[in-house]
Amino acid sequence: MTNSIAEFEHSDAYFVIGSNTTEAHPIIALRLKRGVRFNGAKLVVADPREIPLTRYATLWLRHKPGSDAALLNGLMHVILKEGLEDNKFIKERTENLDALKKVLKKYTPAFTEKITGVPKEKLIEAARIIGAEDKVAFFYAMGITQHIVGTENVMSVANLAMLTGNVGRPSTGVNPLRGQSNVQGACDMGGLYNFYPGYQKVDVEANWEKFSKAWACETLSRKPGLSATAMVDAAVAGKLKALYVMGENPLLSDPDIGHTEKAFENLDFLVVQDIFMTETAAMADVVLPAASFVEKDGTFTNTERRVQLLRKVNEPVGESRVDWEIIADLSARMGRPMPYRDTSEIMDEIASVTPLYGGISHKRIEKEGLQWPCPDPKHPGTPYLHKGQFTRGKGHFVPVDYHPPAELPDKGYPFLLTTGRMLSHYHTGTMTRRVEGLNEICPEGFMEIHPSDARKLKITDGEEVRVASRRGEITVKSKVTRKVPPQVVYMNFHFAESAANRLTIAALDPLSGIAEAKVCAVKIEKLKPRKVRV
Amino acid sequence: MNSRPKSISISVCMGTGGIAAGGAEVMEAFEEALAHLGLAAELREKCTAHKVGCRGFCARDVLVDVVLDGQRTTYECVQADMVPRLVEEHIVGGVPVEQWLAGPDYEAFHAGQTKVVLSDCGSIDPEEIDAYLAVDGYTAIQKVLGEMLPEEVITKIKDSGLRGRGGAGFPTGLKWSFAAMAKGNEKYIICNADEGDPGAFMDRSIVEGNPHALIEGMSIAGYAIGANLGYVYIRAEYPLAVQRLAHAIEQARAREFLGKNIRNAGFDFDIQIKQGAGAFVCGEETALIASIEGGRGMPRPKPPFPAHRGLWGKPTIINNVETLANLPYIIRKGSEWFASLGSEKSKGTKVFALTGKVCNTGLIEVPMGIALKEIIYGIGGGIEGGRQFKAVQTGGPSGGCIPAELLDTPVDYESLAQVGAIMGSGGMVVMDEDNCMVEMARYFLHFTQEESCGKCVPCRVGTKRMLEILERIVAGQGEAGDLELLLDLGEDIKAASLCGLGQTAPNPVISTIRYFRDEYDAHIVHKRCPAGVCKALFEYQVVEPLCKLCGLCVRKCPVGAIEGGKKKLAKIKDRKCVKCGICIEVCPFDAITQIDIHETAEV
Amino acid sequence: MEAGRVFKITINGQAVEARADDTILKAAQREGIHIPTLCYHRQLSPYGGCRVCVVSVEGIPRLVASCTMPVTDGMQVRTDSEQIRKIRSTVVELILSNHPKDCMVCEQSGRCELQDLAYEFGLSHIRFKGEVSVHEIENQNPVLERDYNKCILCGRCVRMCDEIQGVGAVDFSKRGFRAKIATAYDGVLDCEFCGNCIGACPVGALTGKPSRFKGRPWEVRKVKTVCNYCGCGCSIMVNVKGGEVVRVTPVEDGGINEGMLCVKGKFGFEYINHEDRLKTPLVKKNGAFVEASWDEALDVVAANLGRIKKKYGSDSIGGLCSAKCSSEDNYLFQKFMRTAIGTNSVDHCARY
Repeated sequence: MTNSIAEFEHSDAYFVIGSNTTEAHPIIALRLKRGVRFNGAKLVVADPREIPLTRYATLWLRHKPGSDAALLNGLMHVILKEGLEDNKFIKERTENLDALKKVLKKYTPAFTEKITGVPKEKLIEAARIIGAEDKVAFFYAMGITQHIVGTENVMSVANLAMLTGNVGRPSTGVNPLRGQSNVQGACDMGGLYNFYPGYQKVDVEANWEKFSKAWACETLSRKPGLSATAMVDAAVAGKLKALYVMGENPLLSDPDIGHTEKAFENLDFLVVQDIFMTETAAMADVVLPAASFVEKDGTFTNTERRVQLLRKVNEPVGESRVDWEIIADLSARMGRPMPYRDTSEIMDEIASVTPLYGGISHKRIEKEGLQWPCPDPKHPGTPYLHKGQFTRGKGHFVPVDYHPPAELPDKGYPFLLTTGRMLSHYHTGTMTRRVEGLNEICPEGFMEIHPSDARKLKITDGEEVRVASRRGEITVKSKVTRKVPPQVVYMNFHFAESAANRLTIAALDPLSGIAEAKVCAVKIEKLKPRKVRV
Repeated sequence: MNSRPKSISISVCMGTGGIAAGGAEVMEAFEEALAHLGLAAELREKCTAHKVGCRGFCARDVLVDVVLDGQRTTYECVQADMVPRLVEEHIVGGVPVEQWLAGPDYEAFHAGQTKVVLSDCGSIDPEEIDAYLAVDGYTAIQKVLGEMLPEEVITKIKDSGLRGRGGAGFPTGLKWSFAAMAKGNEKYIICNADEGDPGAFMDRSIVEGNPHALIEGMSIAGYAIGANLGYVYIRAEYPLAVQRLAHAIEQARAREFLGKNIRNAGFDFDIQIKQGAGAFVCGEETALIASIEGGRGMPRPKPPFPAHRGLWGKPTIINNVETLANLPYIIRKGSEWFASLGSEKSKGTKVFALTGKVCNTGLIEVPMGIALKEIIYGIGGGIEGGRQFKAVQTGGPSGGCIPAELLDTPVDYESLAQVGAIMGSGGMVVMDEDNCMVEMARYFLHFTQEESCGKCVPCRVGTKRMLEILERIVAGQGEAGDLELLLDLGEDIKAASLCGLGQTAPNPVISTIRYFRDEYDAHIVHKRCPAGVCKALFEYQVVEPLCKLCGLCVRKCPVGAIEGGKKKLAKIKDRKCVKCGICIEVCPFDAITQIDIHETAEV
Repeated sequence: MEAGRVFKITINGQAVEARADDTILKAAQREGIHIPTLCYHRQLSPYGGCRVCVVSVEGIPRLVASCTMPVTDGMQVRTDSEQIRKIRSTVVELILSNHPKDCMVCEQSGRCELQDLAYEFGLSHIRFKGEVSVHEIENQNPVLERDYNKCILCGRCVRMCDEIQGVGAVDFSKRGFRAKIATAYDGVLDCEFCGNCIGACPVGALTGKPSRFKGRPWEVRKVKTVCNYCGCGCSIMVNVKGGEVVRVTPVEDGGINEGMLCVKGKFGFEYINHEDRLKTPLVKKNGAFVEASWDEALDVVAANLGRIKKKYGSDSIGGLCSAKCSSEDNYLFQKFMRTAIGTNSVDHCARY
């Protein structure tokens, strides 16, 4: 996120696209609700589903799944047409608007309506809110990123924010909502195939030298590695032989489970380090028991870039060990000892090689977390980014055109399946499904289907149905609801028994390697055809 | 046959009381008779029968005025079947029906009154705007819009000395000036017509009898404070009032006394009716506002006062019906005139619903400062059946009881407060020797406890605990120390409660203990109810020598508590007896008597 | 009234500077002057219902609730007097007269605000007898138990649910002594189960089912840490008793969540001590997992990774680190992959 959570209570308007905020980020949603209810802020929600946040929305744009770029372009088209852009900001802080304008030209409200299904009056009203209000904060999550055009969608949101001058000021900004407790930290730490910690590219010679020296290692690879999805493909192809998985359950979380299964079966050696026997761990050659978050020290970095201290509450259960200690032990056994005394020493090393974390130490964040960039020990942290200037200098408008999703419904697979998260469960359910109360709130997966479709298929509410895509099939209970539009069905991916990712497609965004979990085509069948009794 | 009258005007009381007594049928009978005789056709607009609002003397409804060629005759207790004779003898024959004429009571009832806010109530047709216009209606608002600045209106009301008639008596002009000075363009005027006191019908009668005066009053207030919208918060249990008010608002809009640019004077004002669901606490300003906003009717602490932050957070003035309906008269006749009425600190008049044990019950309007005695013995005609006066309770359920020795107390805000009562919105209940003051206190406290919103502890739990002590006392289970506990807790509740409801709820208890402590002692120490009201403290007995074995009591007893029958001595089974008193009433031989329990216990 | 203005007021004769938007209570609290409260909650709108915080103000005939009374310049406040003490005491006594005396088994005992006040006022004897409210315990939901017999109607849960959570699942219903907190038409609780009402409840009327009878406030150790679910990064207080996490409570001084939690953060802790937790290393032999020592297991891993690296090269090995592990864990993981293995093929499921 470019901005901070606390700021949003004072925004004048919010634009939320592809984020089921109240369910996936409930605490951030509280700020938005309060802003709307008590400070008169306007809220524009763009989502194909009737997510709970729409209840608070000034305006709800129900666009078709996968039509995000067209919707965003349509909004920008209207903003420019009505002269609502922030010309001062554009002139002083951005470049390449003309190229964007060329693309935007065709996105008239009528044209946009054709692609997105959003009535042009609503589009115009939304554009006016976004264009006219002073402090507008933009939020998105995987609703726009899990597409083959995910990166472009994000750029498009950035275009809109820059066009309206909503970057580099409090209570504004481009704010991706990160879905997991330390997904931000894992990225920051270089848990990425192309970056060293702190987003330092692996294929830049200076970085290679820097880390070779810092880590006293001559054998660092100079070329980017494989992304998670590429690893799966490589394993299927026989090129990846071994995989070390720490605290992940890709077998349930990643699109096209069948494909992943094949990949893991094909591995020579799989080692999984986890707290539970996950679907992935079950396939491993060696399983290493790890400590849970209350059994260790360290830091999590949240979605607003705040580095916060985790504190050890308990000893690890049984013989389980803290992750970093396992890694250090293994590393030593492979000839590279990692003699750290504790996590604060590791953080000191992180700070020494990661400019964004340069000023961060466990001692400094004892009371309150710090937001990176925090380059030196005196730096107070950065509540919002891009004040006065972008990292690269001028903000670059990237023209983005609309491209349809990789797989759209057709005759054989007439429904569009979209997936997401729900409030009471988390990710692949390994934790929340072992919590009695949460399991009671929602004990099993379900598929939302519009009443008109249910009627056509003669499906009643709660009936188990077979859902199949070109990649796999599952059975799942149906939930007949108007939350989804006709011809669209929705599922959560938390449930192994009705794993939505058996159906989803691993079509990748070439830029980020993200797969299009939000759109694929499925067919739905009644489980048992009604037998006529003789 | 005498010469037929050249003009006939018949007004039939059609307030809620009048209608309940058969006003609609009386009206119909007159119309039928006049038509039948051809008078209606002959005299056309000079022959009218019309409804009027409450005329006050509800005990004698249906009241009918027959005006022939300008000469007014008033009949009381008229029923539809009396109409043919009235028409034949009086209207056609020219001789009033002596037997049915309103008598000396009617005159006495009216003699002591001074009518300002009720002056047109009961004489004009509330459903006809022209009737109101004919008595100078809507001239005040035109004067205000044409000649006066808002601040001049406020000054004028300040000069008149008008104080809020809802109970607290806050100076109306001063209250307005707060809202007038408050920042913001959006302001509201609210008419509090959530009359909730048991037995009170002051506001109801005004809205039913002269709704246009209220509308005009609200417009004046709206102009003075800068509000363009007014709400009338009125009980849904007042369907006739709601209907007549809605009708009047429509008429006023049609004649451009409401709406955009009223009478071309550049002032916009309109009124919306909001019906309340009958919560007593919604008479409290902030609870009323919460209710209009769609929330639960619960008071909130002041400040901020509604004049600064009221409805939807905007400056808001809340006045009650009587206050607002006074305004047109003050504007028309001047503040000096109004200030000349009443006492030094309480100007003008006050409307009361006079009920209880007086001979003449009804709606009255008296000048402030009048002694209670004058009301009860003058207007009210004294105590029914010549019994002994005991107390008068003013101010509704949270008012206080005033004993005989204080009947010289003048009716004004300060004097009533001094004797432990309050002015309230105008309830006045007269009690005689047959009323038990402990039971009376219990009754009122039961009401306020039930109507407490439950927000603050002293009111929610405190009044409940007081009520429980009183319930014990009337059940003969009072203990030493109960009165001290009641007084102690009562004072704490008054001091600690959030809103006026709790702050005044202990009043009936505290004032009755103050003036009628001996009655409490009788209940607690001697387990005796001197008034013979508290059922747990007496029982019925058959006086054997008087019983003639007729069996009437056995047949009439609704719960089968009397054994016996023809030729068999009646015997009352105490456990079954609900002490309704029917047996005493029906016994032709006075053979059943009421006996204090302590007496039987002693035997 | 510009919010920036400073008012000079006196509290108990002591000169105090107050902000123009202060209530008496806030100004007093800042000075460390004790005024007892019950319905007051610093994150919720002032309510003025319990009347425990009454104070007297020079020139105002009535006592006022300090939690709702705005300060004015020159205001002279007294927070203590015989009458004030008596009224506060009576109010608490009245509440106690309709409150179960089951502190010995009450979850809230030891952190109950009513218990503290009863103690403060020395209310060992209650003068008032009479009816006591009887409500069925409402626990027809997975995580929240509502025992309205203990409810003191402070309305904190109602305000929390409305003002902070924006849900409005409960409100006041009925009147007088029968007034109570209820769902719409007394139906089942239809809410987000955030449990923030539990944190707001000053007494034991609202409790988290997973935590009941698991530990007294003085028995648990509380450690502040960060929630491990979504990316919000809420501060939480983990309550542990005998090595078991028994409760999660809000961190009073804030965090990004300002003490608020969601259903997962509040109630989603049972997995930590779940019997399914992996407790020993496992090595697969003949298709079945066999318990192993750490030395054994790590040697198997090191040998296999070393073998494959030698045979197929560094880039034949990949690593997936975790968005659920700490930054320190992740740092070492990628360092391990890059140094010990020699590949950049390290990634995690940032995209799902």
